[in-house]
Amino acid sequence: MSEILRAFLLGGCICIVGQVLIDFTKITPARIMVLFVVTGVVLGIFGLYQPLIDWGGAGATVPLLGFGNVLAKGVIKEVDEAGLLGIFTGGVKAAAAGITAAITFGYIMAIISKPKIKS
Amino acid sequence: MKKQISKHEYQKLVEEKAPGSHFIKNLFAAFITGGAICAVGQIVMLIFENFGADKELSASATSIIMIFIGAFLTGINIYDEIGKFGGAGASVPITGFSNSIVSPAMEFKKEGHVMGVGAKMFLIAGPVLVYGIFASVIAGLFYFIWKQVM
Repeated sequence: MSEILRAFLLGGCICIVGQVLIDFTKITPARIMVLFVVTGVVLGIFGLYQPLIDWGGAGATVPLLGFGNVLAKGVIKEVDEAGLLGIFTGGVKAAAAGITAAITFGYIMAIISKPKIKS
Repeated sequence: MKKQISKHEYQKLVEEKAPGSHFIKNLFAAFITGGAICAVGQIVMLIFENFGADKELSASATSIIMIFIGAFLTGINIYDEIGKFGGAGASVPITGFSNSIVSPAMEFKKEGHVMGVGAKMFLIAGPVLVYGIFASVIAGLFYFIWKQVM
């Protein structure tokens, strides 16, 4: 139970950071998403994101910061194993599940559903 | 004809539009929405761990499930309502990423399967992937150099 509560608290706090950025700086949600993924990569490459995952579980992996962290961790792993080539393969390899799921489910849902008529 | 409003009404209108009045409410909504989405993620993750998957595998399987949930709720026109309430609480989680794929793809369906659905899917997801992957290459390059030097 406490694991779910911690995920709620950490995930909620990360989203508050996003909301503060939207309300104070007027940057669009799309830019927030880009910013969060890139920030996740930076935190991930220095190993700063793992403590958050250890504490908050899905509260850290579900936000887009976690997606950035996956990219960074993937690139570290591949550089360790494959050297220079790993720079190009690591990120997408680690994020493959997420990217492919997003494209597949995104495409299917877009095809079978109808947009709401805007009144 | 111009609508006449009294000084009192105008004052009220200014207060409503002024930044700060909805600020706390927005933060609270973002916290609740984002927290709830992550709590659902944690439940999914615990189910996978219960079936014997290790932490890393559970995390990526959870991402797939959350992406599906985001796409599904967008398809049945519910996620946009969640977004109106939750703001960043709905766009920061990975469900918001899949919402950003389905939403424009649905809207531009009439422009065809290639330049409509296929292209517009990446209206927001495209930049996210471009900068995310580019950042990972830069990070990898730095890590590679750091390894040679150390």
